[in-house]
Amino acid sequence: MTSLLPTAPLTPVQPEAASKQAPRPLSALKKRERRTDRILTYAPLTLFLIFTLVPFYWMLLFAFRPAGSTSLVPWPITFDHFATVWNGSGFGIYFQNSLFVAGMSLLTSTVIALLGGYALARFRFRGKTLFLVAMLCTQFVPGAMMLIPLFEIFNAVGLTNNLWSLIISDTVFHLPLSLILMAGFIRNVPMELEEAAWVDGCTRIRAFRLVVLPLLKPGIVAVGSFAFISAWNNFLFAIMFMSSQSRFTVPVGLSYLLGEFGADFGALAAGGVVAIVPVVLLFAYVQKFLVQGLSAGAVKG
Amino acid sequence: MAVITPTRSVRAKHPAPSRRAGIKSLYPYFLIGPAAILTLVFLVYPVGSVFYYSLQHSNVTQPWNDGFAGLDNFIAMGADPLFWRSLAFTGQWVAVEVGLQFIFGLALALLINKTFIGRGIARALVFSPWAVSGILTTTIWILIYNPSTGIGRYFADIGIGEYGVSLLSGSGTTFWAVVLAEMWKGIPFFAILILADLQSVSLELYESADVDGAGTIRKFVSITWPHIRQAIIIATLLRAVWEFNNVDLLYTLTGGGPASSTTTLPLYVAQTAIHDRDFGYGSALTVVAFLILTFFSLVYLRITKSKEDDK
Repeated sequence: MTSLLPTAPLTPVQPEAASKQAPRPLSALKKRERRTDRILTYAPLTLFLIFTLVPFYWMLLFAFRPAGSTSLVPWPITFDHFATVWNGSGFGIYFQNSLFVAGMSLLTSTVIALLGGYALARFRFRGKTLFLVAMLCTQFVPGAMMLIPLFEIFNAVGLTNNLWSLIISDTVFHLPLSLILMAGFIRNVPMELEEAAWVDGCTRIRAFRLVVLPLLKPGIVAVGSFAFISAWNNFLFAIMFMSSQSRFTVPVGLSYLLGEFGADFGALAAGGVVAIVPVVLLFAYVQKFLVQGLSAGAVKG
Repeated sequence: MAVITPTRSVRAKHPAPSRRAGIKSLYPYFLIGPAAILTLVFLVYPVGSVFYYSLQHSNVTQPWNDGFAGLDNFIAMGADPLFWRSLAFTGQWVAVEVGLQFIFGLALALLINKTFIGRGIARALVFSPWAVSGILTTTIWILIYNPSTGIGRYFADIGIGEYGVSLLSGSGTTFWAVVLAEMWKGIPFFAILILADLQSVSLELYESADVDGAGTIRKFVSITWPHIRQAIIIATLLRAVWEFNNVDLLYTLTGGGPASSTTTLPLYVAQTAIHDRDFGYGSALTVVAFLILTFFSLVYLRITKSKEDDK
C-alpha cells in the first residue's frame, strides 16, 4: 500500500489500523446479534441431525430390542437377531466375502489410479482427451444394462460365480472417479519438488516413490476408501454374477432378507447393522480428507 | 483455488528431459495402460455390444425370431405405453430429487461451514448417509415405513394419523415416501461437494465486505454464490446422471410399483432385459436413455456456460 503512494507515506496505514480496532469491544447489540446467529446455526442443524440420525436409530432399535417389543428404547437389550443373521442366514460368510471384494477393489483401484493419475497429471500425450471422453461417456450408460454383456465376458473367461468378477467390475466402474480424483491430488504436489529430485540424480520412479508418494497420503486414503465403500455397497453386480450362497456378499444377503414374505424385521435390522458398520466407520475417518481433496481443486481437474 | 488450477495444469505440461526422448514419450502409455485396457474390455466393449444389440431381435423366449431388426426395436417404443410412462416418471424423479437435494445440501453446507462448537462431530454425523448403499437405505426405510411397527404407529399413538397405513403402497404417498428416503442419502453428496468449494473462498473477501457494510444476503449473492457456482453446475449434473441411472433403491424399495408408477427408464430396461429376457428391446431402450442423457447434459452445460460468458 505505502509503496504505491509515495507522496503520502505515513497516512494510509493508520486509518486502516484504527478501523480494525474499533469493533473489538462487545456492545450489547453485538451480543444479541451473536445470540441470534447462534440460534440460526443450531436450530436448523438440530433438524438436519434429527433427519439424519433417526433412521439410523430406528435400525439400531429394531436390531437390539427383543422380537415383538414395541419399546422405543432397545431395552432389555438382545443379541438374538445378530446370532440369527450371522449364523442362520449366513452373514458370517457374506461379511468375509464382502471384506475380500472391497479390500481387493481398494488395492487394485489405488494402484491403477496412481499409475493412470500420474500420467494424466504430469504428461501431455496423444489420445489423452479421447481417453477422458470415453471414460466419461461410459458413465452415462445405466449399470443395469451392462450386466448382460459383462456376464457374457466373465462367462467366457470362466469367472462367473467367482468373487474376482465383482472385484474387476467394481474397480472398472469406479475407475473414472478414482483416476480423476488421483490426478487432481497428484497435480497438487508441486512439480518443482520432483524436478529437484531429478536434478539430484533420482530416476523418475525413485523421485515418485520418495517425494510424491509421501505427500499423496490424503489422496490415497480418499481414493482407496471410495473404492472400498462403493465395492462394499455394490448390489447389482453381486446379485447377478454370484449364483451360490457361499459367494454372496452382504447386500445380496440383505436383499434376500427383504424378499422373504413377512420379513423378520429384527433380523433385517441386524443384517443392516452388519452392512453399515464398516463403511460408516471408514467414512467418519476419511470425510475430512474427502472435503480437503475436493477443496484442493481435484474435481475441477 | 479455482484461480490457481490453470497455472498448475500449465506446469504439468513441462517437457520431459530430452535424453532418450523416444522411450520417454511412451511413459504415459505404459502408465495409462492398465486403466485403458480395463476400460476397453469391461466398459467400451459392453457399451458397443448394447448399441449392436439394439439393432437386433434378441429375445431368449423367442429364439426363432433372432436376427437383424433394423429400427424395429425403436419403432416399437413409440407404441409402448410403459416406455412413455417410465420416461415421464424419470423426468419427474430426477427433477424433484436433484432440486430438493440441492436446496437442502446447499443449506447444510452453509451451516457446516460456520465455526461453532461441535462442528467436527456434527459434520461426520450429517454426512454419514452418503456412505450408505441403496439396498441398506431400503432396509432402513422399510423399517420406518412398515405399517405395523413403523414410525406411523407411534405417531398414531399420540393422535397423528391412523394405524396400519402403508406409505409405500398408497398411490398418493408412495412417490413422496421414496423421495424422502433418497433425499436422506443424497443431501450429503451436495453438502460435501459444496462445502469443499466453500472452504476455498478467501476469508479476506468477507472481511472487506464487512468493512463495506454488506449484509448476510448481500455477501452470499456477491461473494459466495459466484465462487461456488461452477462446483454446483458439476454437482447437479453428476447427481442428475446418477439419479437417472441408479436403480438400487427403487428396485428394492418399491420394485417400480405400485402398478409401475415408480418405474424409471433404467429400471424398465432392467426388467425388460433381465426379467423378460428381451435383450434387443432392452438394448434399444438403453440407447435411447443414453442419447437423452447425453443430449440434456450438453444442453445443460451449454446453458450454464453461456451464462458464464455473459459476465
